[in-house]
Amino acid sequence: MSLSYAYYPGCSGLGTSLEYDTSTRALCRSLGIELVEIPDWNCCGSTPAHAVDHLLSACLVGRNLGIADDMAEERKLDGIITPCPSCLKNLKTTQHRLADPEFHRKVELVVGRTLKAELPIKSVLQVVVEDLGIQALAKLVKEPLKGLKVVPYYGCIMVRPPQIMQFDDPENPMALDNLLAELGAEVLPFPLKTDCCGASLGTTRKDVIAKLSGRVLDAAEEAGADAIVTACPLCQMNLDMRQSQINRANHSGHNMPVFYYSQLAGLAAGQGETSTMLDKLCVSPRPLLAALAGHTGEGA
Amino acid sequence: MPSSTKTFDSDFIAEVQRESEQDLALCYQCGNCTAGCPVSFAYDYPVNQIMRLVQAGKKQEALSSHAIWLCASCETCTTRCPNDIDVARIMDVLRHMARRENIVSEKAVSAFWKAFLESVEKHGRVFELGLMANYVGKTGKMFTDMDLAPMALRKGKLGLKAHDIKKLAEIRGIFDRYREQKQ
Repeated sequence: MSLSYAYYPGCSGLGTSLEYDTSTRALCRSLGIELVEIPDWNCCGSTPAHAVDHLLSACLVGRNLGIADDMAEERKLDGIITPCPSCLKNLKTTQHRLADPEFHRKVELVVGRTLKAELPIKSVLQVVVEDLGIQALAKLVKEPLKGLKVVPYYGCIMVRPPQIMQFDDPENPMALDNLLAELGAEVLPFPLKTDCCGASLGTTRKDVIAKLSGRVLDAAEEAGADAIVTACPLCQMNLDMRQSQINRANHSGHNMPVFYYSQLAGLAAGQGETSTMLDKLCVSPRPLLAALAGHTGEGA
Repeated sequence: MPSSTKTFDSDFIAEVQRESEQDLALCYQCGNCTAGCPVSFAYDYPVNQIMRLVQAGKKQEALSSHAIWLCASCETCTTRCPNDIDVARIMDVLRHMARRENIVSEKAVSAFWKAFLESVEKHGRVFELGLMANYVGKTGKMFTDMDLAPMALRKGKLGLKAHDIKKLAEIRGIFDRYREQKQ
């Protein structure tokens, strides 16, 4: 089976989550999923756009959907995919709202083109576990992540609201759990797997992040995890880059690596630094990985 | 600011209903939205009380609340509402209305969103470093995340250059036509 998707990387993939974009592309390549980047894609507007105006949000998304329409006329595409849950929610919400003819007409007027917007829209995670099937990962795994204890952290909107996202269980998703288990990691039960990290309040209200992301870090440590695994650039940034801020605010001493699942897939597949980009993580996972390698008697 | 118990603004209720496409009468105050809301601790009104203020036509109280700006759009309320009310969409709509009325109880949040969208209009994509500079300029919050800058720069996580899209005119056109529509 060969799968081909229009790929929407999202802005953070060019900066704060470069390692997510790079490792996602590497994961898809090794699984035989073809990614065709949406040419000249623009920002979906993220939370600021939908918090300011729903028409503006839909129009920013609409331009990208329109370009994907053009791509689909030229070649067979199985849909549109993105690694970022915020981009995903905006893409899917807009597609959903375009079903209203009056809203559709308004959006076309502002975008300045006609829109079909009929391609299925999914996260990369959903494509890997649903379209490809989790067993496909087994072939990829050369160095199972034996002994690595992780908690899966989905964040809020990968699965919510369920009416729009149509993926996994909105209260207790298992896609990431199953994927990480397939990679050989020990996946611990994590009751906070869909609790909010504080999202985009990181810059403006640090007290909210310290409380919510702090709670996620506390719970991961209490669960006995070596690391947290995310699928969201904003969750990752709040938990990893802001971990020192959170420690200061909460008088805690966390030193918890926060991986993207695609980085761990690359690690298990024996891929090198150029695609896993472990150096980009602010809390270094090196001591942890070295300890694991030492424990299993393999070279670090 | 009038907050008389006698104020009842039925136009406000109708407007929230129209813009959010939700039936406010369906909320029977079970409190599920509030029970799940992660940001309640920072709110002045918990989300079920915001819903009640809207039902009661208390426009001024609802739009001047801090809660509507602090909602993280996590969609827990929408997911758990037993009557399928899209509560997060109503919070969005209240923010839209508050902005239009020039009532901004959390100035930093509003300034951050504005700086973000200005970056999108200018480059077609968010330029994170430029966004932060613009935000600092708007708020005077000079030391926001200064502690993170060395780490982010060392890791190459804050690009020094913007990644402008090629057809910037298309983005500018979208923003221009959007503003015309809204007038």
